[in-house]
Formats: sequence, structure tokens, C-alpha cells
Amino acid sequence: MYVAVKGGEKAIDAAHRLLKEERRGDPAIPEITVEQIGGQLSLAVDRVMTEGSLYDRELAAIAIRQARGDLIEAIFLIRASRTTLPRFGYSTPIETSEMLVRRRISAAFKDMPGGQILGPTFDYTHRLLEFGAETQAAEAPVAMAPADIDRAMPRVLDLIGAEGLIEPASAQPSEPQDLTREPLSFPAGRDLRLQSLVRGDEGFLLALGYSTQRGYGRSHPFAGEIRYGEVSVSFVPEELGFEIEIGSIDITECEMINQFKGSAEVPPQFTRGYGLSFGQCERKAMSMALVDRALRAAELDEEQTAPAQDEEFVLSHADNVQATGFVEHLKLPHYVDFQAELELLRRLRREAQGLHQEAAE
Amino acid sequence: MTRPLLAADNITRLYDGRVACERVSFELWPGEVLAVVGESGSGKTTLLKCLSMQVAPTAGRVLYSLRDGRTVALADLSEAERRFLMRTDWGFVHQDPREGLRMGVSAGANVGERLMAVGERHYGRIRGTALDWLARVEIAEDRIDDSPRHYSGGMRQRLQIARNLVTAPRLVFMDEPTGGLDVSVQARLLDLLRGLVRTLGLSVIIVTHDLAVARLLSTRILVMQQGKVIETGLTDQVLEDPQAPYTQLLVSSVLQV
Amino acid sequence: MTTGYNFAYLNEQTKRMIRRALLKAVAIPGYQVPFASREMPMPYGWGTGGVQVTASILTPEDTLKVIDQGADDTTNAVSIRKFFKRTAEVATTEETAKASIIQTRHRIPEAPLREDQILVFQVPIPEPLRFLEPRETETRKMHALEEYGIMHVKLYEDIARHGHIATSYAYPAKVNGRYVFDPSPIPKFDNPKLDSCAALQLFGAGREKRIYAVPPYTQVKSLDFEDHPFTIQKWDEPCALCGARGTYLDEIILDDRGKRMFVCSDTDHCRKARSGEEAA
Repeated sequence: MYVAVKGGEKAIDAAHRLLKEERRGDPAIPEITVEQIGGQLSLAVDRVMTEGSLYDRELAAIAIRQARGDLIEAIFLIRASRTTLPRFGYSTPIETSEMLVRRRISAAFKDMPGGQILGPTFDYTHRLLEFGAETQAAEAPVAMAPADIDRAMPRVLDLIGAEGLIEPASAQPSEPQDLTREPLSFPAGRDLRLQSLVRGDEGFLLALGYSTQRGYGRSHPFAGEIRYGEVSVSFVPEELGFEIEIGSIDITECEMINQFKGSAEVPPQFTRGYGLSFGQCERKAMSMALVDRALRAAELDEEQTAPAQDEEFVLSHADNVQATGFVEHLKLPHYVDFQAELELLRRLRREAQGLHQEAAE
Repeated sequence: MTRPLLAADNITRLYDGRVACERVSFELWPGEVLAVVGESGSGKTTLLKCLSMQVAPTAGRVLYSLRDGRTVALADLSEAERRFLMRTDWGFVHQDPREGLRMGVSAGANVGERLMAVGERHYGRIRGTALDWLARVEIAEDRIDDSPRHYSGGMRQRLQIARNLVTAPRLVFMDEPTGGLDVSVQARLLDLLRGLVRTLGLSVIIVTHDLAVARLLSTRILVMQQGKVIETGLTDQVLEDPQAPYTQLLVSSVLQV
Repeated sequence: MTTGYNFAYLNEQTKRMIRRALLKAVAIPGYQVPFASREMPMPYGWGTGGVQVTASILTPEDTLKVIDQGADDTTNAVSIRKFFKRTAEVATTEETAKASIIQTRHRIPEAPLREDQILVFQVPIPEPLRFLEPRETETRKMHALEEYGIMHVKLYEDIARHGHIATSYAYPAKVNGRYVFDPSPIPKFDNPKLDSCAALQLFGAGREKRIYAVPPYTQVKSLDFEDHPFTIQKWDEPCALCGARGTYLDEIILDDRGKRMFVCSDTDHCRKARSGEEAA
């Protein structure tokens, strides 16, 4: 006699114990520390903070370790933990022109006030595996050019903005909406679009940004400026009524300069695409800027034909926590629905065969 | 008392400050077929879009006489009323039938959709009506379950016409309905259209660059050039004795062919 | 609380927000109310909507039952039940009759529900028009204007092609004569149970951020044609375990030569029938 499968609870517990064991790896080898992840896998930490929407290096490092290096899983852990945090309010807007810059480049100008600062970058490295790097002795620290630190660094786009060559950065007419407090609704304003893109999956935005370069929603971009460094964060506590600095965060900002044809009312002018991330997520910030610009097609009265220009398509599918959940939910049992389909298919086939027989008789 | 079915009152539409059509006024009477002719860029398609509320006119208004006898400015209708009008009282035949058809579903469903949209819930009756309409547009009965993807251009266009006429609309807009078709196919379609318009007593506003189409279908004609109406009158009159130099040019260029 | 979390995980602010959405949903039966769905510690698509609804209505006195595919011991049901055991320390049960709240995925219990019970559905895609019209801006307009002709186009196509309506689960229905809704991927076998049900039925879609409801004793009519009325699945044989007829059966493959058996998908109902209790 058949006995229905039982013991789901036990099986789950056992599976989770096994996962823990796998995660730990060979117990003879020391466990990787959160500090090591924070220090040596810092770009992974940056990505998890950006897409997890929570600036906390330590939590992000813990999440990465717990997720066995699966960054989407780590982002998911951060998001879930974020849900339980109390909310005090909103910071005042950060001022990126006052950034303590570690890297700042422009592809649009050879030189500009403040200069080009390469900072820590993979650019121009030869991608050759460094065999034996793990045994190398620590190198002497790189000397900092002290003069660079307090050089004024106006944003490149502000420099050409003074001449009227680029549209002004759009001033938000009202309080921005908050994607984490209100469900996304369409058509979404640029405030919600940018929020959604910051949290959006790096790979998805990269592919979409790339597609605009290949002609699917072309916008002729120039990397006006990419800067990475530290900005201070301020907050106005209700009981104090004035602004206090509560700390600082590392961010990457990318401002793209894009072509614009102009119209009868507006003389030709460059337009903007904007990207921002926690830490040093340059690829993400650049992709985001391309997609932001592509999504402004309607506002700029451009033809909307490409996926990257389609707000509902992009925003509905950018979130990797949502996407991975729904794709992976196909692993959940669907026997009931599958049974319904089986029953229907058998019936239809029976009837079809009946018809064939009738026809043959 | 007869009233115009539709009246355009000083319709102007600008794009980026450029005039697409300017101060167009006319009246369309029940049972009348009005042809709007002109070369591409003359503003005739923009006018059609304004009249059928696909774009809002920059200035001017369109008055329409509803089935209940009320005359309303179309811009004052709510979205719900407007959509209801579009799926019951009006038809719109696009130049490209793919724009007017649901290419993913069968021909029968294409014709039946409007019936279902107005509440028909009897499969047998829907199918019967669809078959009847397919016959009227000369599509064989056994093609009812085929997708219009497997139809020829002419068949698609006839299917689009059936899909529009199944709810007995009072007004049909047509945008170059024979535009993309071969000459022989065009002739057959025009014949069919003429028959349907006459037997159903339809009111039609048809946009075409082809004077032959206007001659065959319309009772009245409106000639447009650079966004303005430059000549209007009974079709026969305008084509026999064009007044405006541009109309003369149009007529003579057709006759030479 | 030993867990360090608020009762039932969500903070009270969030619960209030969800309760407001629930009240609106009850007031407009079948209407999809947008709500600011939170990230939960289980993945989207795994019941986050249902879990948020349950968390918002749960009280310490409640007795919770969680089923997936009709069964209490399927992996996801186990996981969600455990979650509430841990974060809310509520009593749980596998018996339909003893539960005050039942969270479900893909089934409605066979035993009729009572007025003092609430059924919470997990919903993957709340929009019944989604696969006919992918745009949210357009589908919202279609609901607002009651433009549902396209739903029947789909049913028409089924009949034209197969001679039957070929939707076997997530079968769309009209609630209270107004909104067409997606009853979640329950088999159409369960659709009649939605109609005039004594219990409050709540639907939560976490990833899609929508909540909707069917209040007690509300009419739910499955879409159909007059000459092709809605029908439900039937099996030629009874449940191989309890012998019941007229319940929804799961098919179990027994060997690689096509041997199979059919058993009740509602495990509690089946167990009751076997132990000779009145399963109602």
C-alpha cells in the first residue's frame, strides 16, 4: 500500500544542516573572516550594499559569507534584514560636488579644474592572472599626492552647464516619492525610476545599457564624469530642528552627456543621464546612467522602440531579488496545477482520437 | 430633423510649433462618404487622428451626434465614453491591417471580439455572426480558425473591415485602406467596400492620396495642401471641374496615367 | 519574545499599512489594491504576499494552518508554518476545522469553511489580464472601464481550437458582478468554493505588490459562455486511500511502466475520512 510522502520538516532541517556544512568548507582550513571579506572583496561588498539598499559594510560582508559568495543571495539577506530596521527619517540630500574624491575621470575633456584622478581602478591593467600573488610580501603603501586632496573639484557637467550647453539637472518639483514605502506605479516619475535603477540588478542594467550603445535606443553618450569618494551624510532630527552630520559614505557617481536634437522651442542642448551607487560600483553607475537617459525618451519626445526605453519593462524586471524569487519558485511543488493540466490534456487527446476514429469509420 | 453626424470646427494641430493641419471645418451627414485627399505631408492623416481622437487638436473641436440624439464635443467625453464609442459606434480601418487586427488570435476571434466587448456571451451566436461576416467580406468559411498571420494582405484588410463592421458602427474612419495592396487586389477591395457602404448606409471619412479611390467611394471630397483645405465639393464636381490649381494638378496627373 | 523580532515579524507600522489595504480590498471586492510590499525573509514568489497578509491579521489567540498543494507537510507549507511558530509563537494545526487562519498555496480545503475562519491565498500574478495585455497602465484602465471583452476572446479561442475552455487552473472569475480577478493558481475545481463562501478570503501578491479580497458570502462567477458553461474536473476513480469521490486528486506515479494511483490532494480531509471522522 502506498504511503504519502511524509517528513517534510525533517528533510528540510537536514538539508539546512548540510548547507551549513558545505558553506563552512574544509574545517581544517581557517574560516574566512568578515573583516577579510570587507577588506579584500570590497567590490562585492559595495554591490551588495548598493542593490541591497543598505549602507553597512559589516552586514554586507556577513551576508556574502553566509551566502557562500552568491551575491544575489547576499543582497536578498540584506533586503530582508532591512525590512526589520526602524526608520528615523530621511537624510538631507548628499552633495557630491563636496566629495572627498579618490577617483575622478572625464572622457569628455582632457583636463579640467581639479584634473583627472585615476585612483584605484582596473582600467589599463593587463588582465593577467597573478600566479603566486598570495605569497607575495606586502608592498609599500602607495604615496598620496597631498596637493590633490584639497584641490577644488567642480562637477564637469556644471562647467558646461554654465554655458547653457546642457540641460539643467532637473530640480525635483516636490518631495521625491519613496519606492520602499509606496508601491511602484506607472507612469513613474524620474525619482522613482532612479530609485528603482539603483536597486536594480547590475547585470540587467549592464545588458540594457549595452543595448542602447548598439542601436536599441541610441543616445550618443559621453562619460561626462565619473567620481568616486567619500561624502558626508546629514540629518535633521525633529527635536533639534537643525542639520547634524551623522557620518560619511563612499559612493560612485556617473554623469553621462547625451545628444539631443532640439526642437522649435528649445535650441539644441546636451541632455543628462545619471547613475549612482554605494561604494565603487562603476560599471553599475555607468549602466544606470545609460538606462536613465534611455528611459527619458518620452519626456524628450523621442521615438520609443527599444527595450531600454520601456519604463514598465525595465522597472518591472530590474530587481534581482524579485526576479530570482519568481524564477526559483518554479522549484516549489506545482502538482495540483500540473494535475489539472494533465487531466485536460488527456481529455483533449481522448476526444481528438475519438474524432479520428469516427472519421476513419 | 436631420443633423450632421460629425462636425469639425476649426481643427488645428501643431507638432513642435509646426503646423500639421490648420483651421479645418466641415460637416459630415449621415450616410455620407467624405474623402480627404492630398499628397503625403498635406495633413490629412493628422486630421483623421484629430477627428477620431487619437491625438488632441491644438485648437478647435469635433462635435458628434450620439445615438441618443445628444450632440457632444468629443473632447468633453470621459475616457470610458470615448472607448465605448470606439468599440460600438465607430470603426477604424488602418492602412496596415496588422495595426487593426489582433494578429495572435484567429480570424473568428478577431471578428467576435467586439461582440464580446459589448456583452455577447453565447459562443454559437458569436461564431455564427463571425461566419456571416467572413462571407460578406469574401473569406472562405474554413479559414475562420486560422490566424491572420497566414492571410494574404488583401484578406487581412477584408478581415479588418469585417472586425470593424460587426457591431454596425455608424461612422467608419479609413486611413488609406487600399494603400499597401497590389492593383488587382485594390480593385476587388474597393468593390467590396463600395457594396458594404451602400448596403449598410455607413458614414465614412476616408483618407487617401489616390483620387481613383475617392472617385469610386466618396460622395464629397476635401482637398488638402500644406495643412489647409484648399477645395471642397461634391466628388464628381471637384474631379470634373477642379478650381484650385493644386487640385487641377492632382486631377491631371491621375488622368495622364 | 525570544526571537528579537516584533510579533509576526513585521513592525506595527507596516501591519497598519497592510490592514488599510485589506480594508480597502474588502470594501471593493476583487479590486487589486496596491500596497508597499516589504522584503520578507523568504523569496518573492514563495508566498511573501500571503505571509504579509497573515502577519498583519494574526493575533496571539489564532490557530494557524498552512497548506501547499492541499497538504500540510509540503516543504513550503512547513517552512511558512515554522516561520510563524518562531516569530509569533501562535498555535498551529493541520486540521482545517480547528484553524482560525489558513494560509494556502494552490488549493482551497475540501471541507466547507466557516464565518470565523479566514483563508489567505498566496498569489504569484494577481492580474488576470496580464497574459493578454502585459502593460499595467493598460490593464488598470481596462479594469476601471470594465473592458473585459478580451478575456472572452481567450475563452473563444480555446473552444474554437479544442472544443473546450482549456484553462484548468487560475481560472478567472467575476467578483460581485464587477471585477474580473485571478483566484491564484488553484485548480478550477476549487472555483465554486470561492462563491458565497462563509469565510473571508484574502489574497496577497508580494512581488507584484497587490492585495485583494472576496468578502464572506460574495458572488464569484467563473467566466464562461452560455452554451459552454463552466465545468470542473472529474476523476473516473475515487481516492485510493480514503475512497472519497468528488475531491481533488493528485496523481502518484508508482513505477516506470505507467502504474499510477490517485489520492486526495487535501491531506487533512483524506486522513479524517480514513479515520472515520466526519470530514464534513
